[in-house]
Amino acid sequence: MSAAMRDDLPSPGATAGKETDAYNFAYLDEQTKRMIRRAILKAIAIPGYQVPFASREMPMPYGWGTGGVQVTAAVLGPEDVLKVIDQGSDDTTNAVSIRRFFAKTAGVETTTKTRAATVIQTRHRIPEEPLRDGQILVYQVPIPEPLRFLEPRETETRKLHALADYGLMHVKLYEDIARHGHIATTYAYPVEVAGRYVMDPSPTPKFDNPKMDMCAALQLFGAGREKRIYAVPPHTRVRSLDFEDHPFRIQTFKQPCALCGAEGVYLDEVVLDDRGGRMFVCSDTDFCEERRAAGHQGMMVDPGASDPSPEGEGGSRRKARDGWGEARHAARAGKRAAPSDGLRPPPPPYGGGSSDLPSDTAAEKREVVAKDKAGETR
Amino acid sequence: MSIALAPGFTEPVFDAQRVFRALMDATARPATVQPLATDLVPPAPLTPELAAVALALADHEAPLWLDAALAAVPAVAAYLRFHTGARVVETPDEAAFALVAEPDAMPPLGAFAVGTDEYPDRSTTVVMAVRTLAAGRGLACEGPGILDRADIAIAPLPGDFLAQRAANRALFPRGIDCLFVAPGSVAALPRTTQILPEG
Repeated sequence: MSAAMRDDLPSPGATAGKETDAYNFAYLDEQTKRMIRRAILKAIAIPGYQVPFASREMPMPYGWGTGGVQVTAAVLGPEDVLKVIDQGSDDTTNAVSIRRFFAKTAGVETTTKTRAATVIQTRHRIPEEPLRDGQILVYQVPIPEPLRFLEPRETETRKLHALADYGLMHVKLYEDIARHGHIATTYAYPVEVAGRYVMDPSPTPKFDNPKMDMCAALQLFGAGREKRIYAVPPHTRVRSLDFEDHPFRIQTFKQPCALCGAEGVYLDEVVLDDRGGRMFVCSDTDFCEERRAAGHQGMMVDPGASDPSPEGEGGSRRKARDGWGEARHAARAGKRAAPSDGLRPPPPPYGGGSSDLPSDTAAEKREVVAKDKAGETR
Repeated sequence: MSIALAPGFTEPVFDAQRVFRALMDATARPATVQPLATDLVPPAPLTPELAAVALALADHEAPLWLDAALAAVPAVAAYLRFHTGARVVETPDEAAFALVAEPDAMPPLGAFAVGTDEYPDRSTTVVMAVRTLAAGRGLACEGPGILDRADIAIAPLPGDFLAQRAANRALFPRGIDCLFVAPGSVAALPRTTQILPEG
């Protein structure tokens, strides 16, 4: 699959920032970058607090990562190496377009390797490989306010944050337990940052929450439509909210990745046919490819095949993960997943531009299915 | 006026980005010394690093405040106004960035904007030019961004800096964020950083 990424790279003669005459470096004008940079510095100084910023209109619809793109544009320099993932994958529509956007407007080097990247923009996953000191993880956030579905008024949620009054959130988690016997929130699971602010980790599966705690990389969050930037500095405590008798637990999967055999990683469901055939594979494509390159094999890889080529797997997988297909899954999943969603009301109508919300329910659906079919335990 | 204006960044886009990244690295890893290279030659007593911070971050939306030493030289304000377009304000609590050339003579931290409980980000960042900025025995710090503990030596500091920082810390989430610049380097003590008592 990584071979297919080559077309993203700038042409060999392109010097960073020199061949991109049509745009200012990284698209944004300098005043906008300064405004975003000031917001980022305050966000780092007040971990978990959502700094309002004058989000600009970007050449892509809200919901496609306009917040993350603006944050990335403001931090990016010509020496940076950029990786973009969408639900863990380097090769889905959103990831490919954003990577191309920066290859074109900033001329920066792009990569699919987690290890090689200095800046990683992500939509709803944290790479499986532990991040290192000096890396920057930029999250695309649809709804930054963790209390928004509990209290719709911004004036009120702002007051609640000011007073550190997070009783509402605990009531929501408690009602999950009262209804389902366990905390049924599976993504966008609220966290407390550095012992003060409660923060939405963006709709990452709760599986990724422990990776945020004491992470060596700087984590920046950008919400374009909602015009908020927030941050978690490196080596900072990030605690998932829970109760003593109902401690926070992540999802586990009974079966390993069908392609690389990895255990203890987050798996995606891939539908193989219209007769119920499906496989579960690493959501982190780079992690999966590296393992296969190192000789690891899952049970869906035919050991008799002359060449267990990741290329072939990638091809079929790309098809299965085709954007339209995913959107259709999401539309169907919406109804099925809703009952397990605890108190969260149905997503508000944000219009056709929002890809975050349907895909969030897709993530939810995957988990529901994973629970049924792959024997997920909570 | 017969002031020959000193030039700003040679490459405004890339120089501003490099300076910002140094400041971001410093803020994300408090009490560590980050390299801050600049070729600016601003009018004294404005140091090249103070000028670099101002040129990278100040503009018409982010006013500057100058300490007595800087305000005494009209060429400093003229240089900053021309290159940033920022207002130079008289009262410290109106400033987004306060530039301080003589930290031992600056007003107390409480004189600057600390933000509000609802909007703690609306606070002043105080940028102090210091002579000594090095890792090692001095202030022992801990807090977000610091693994275990970080030690940094900063001089000169305001007389009762430790007491002022403790009072600043008690305001959290409101508070002042401090940047320290020395020739070729920068370090930060954001409001979250706790300075441990010597012992």
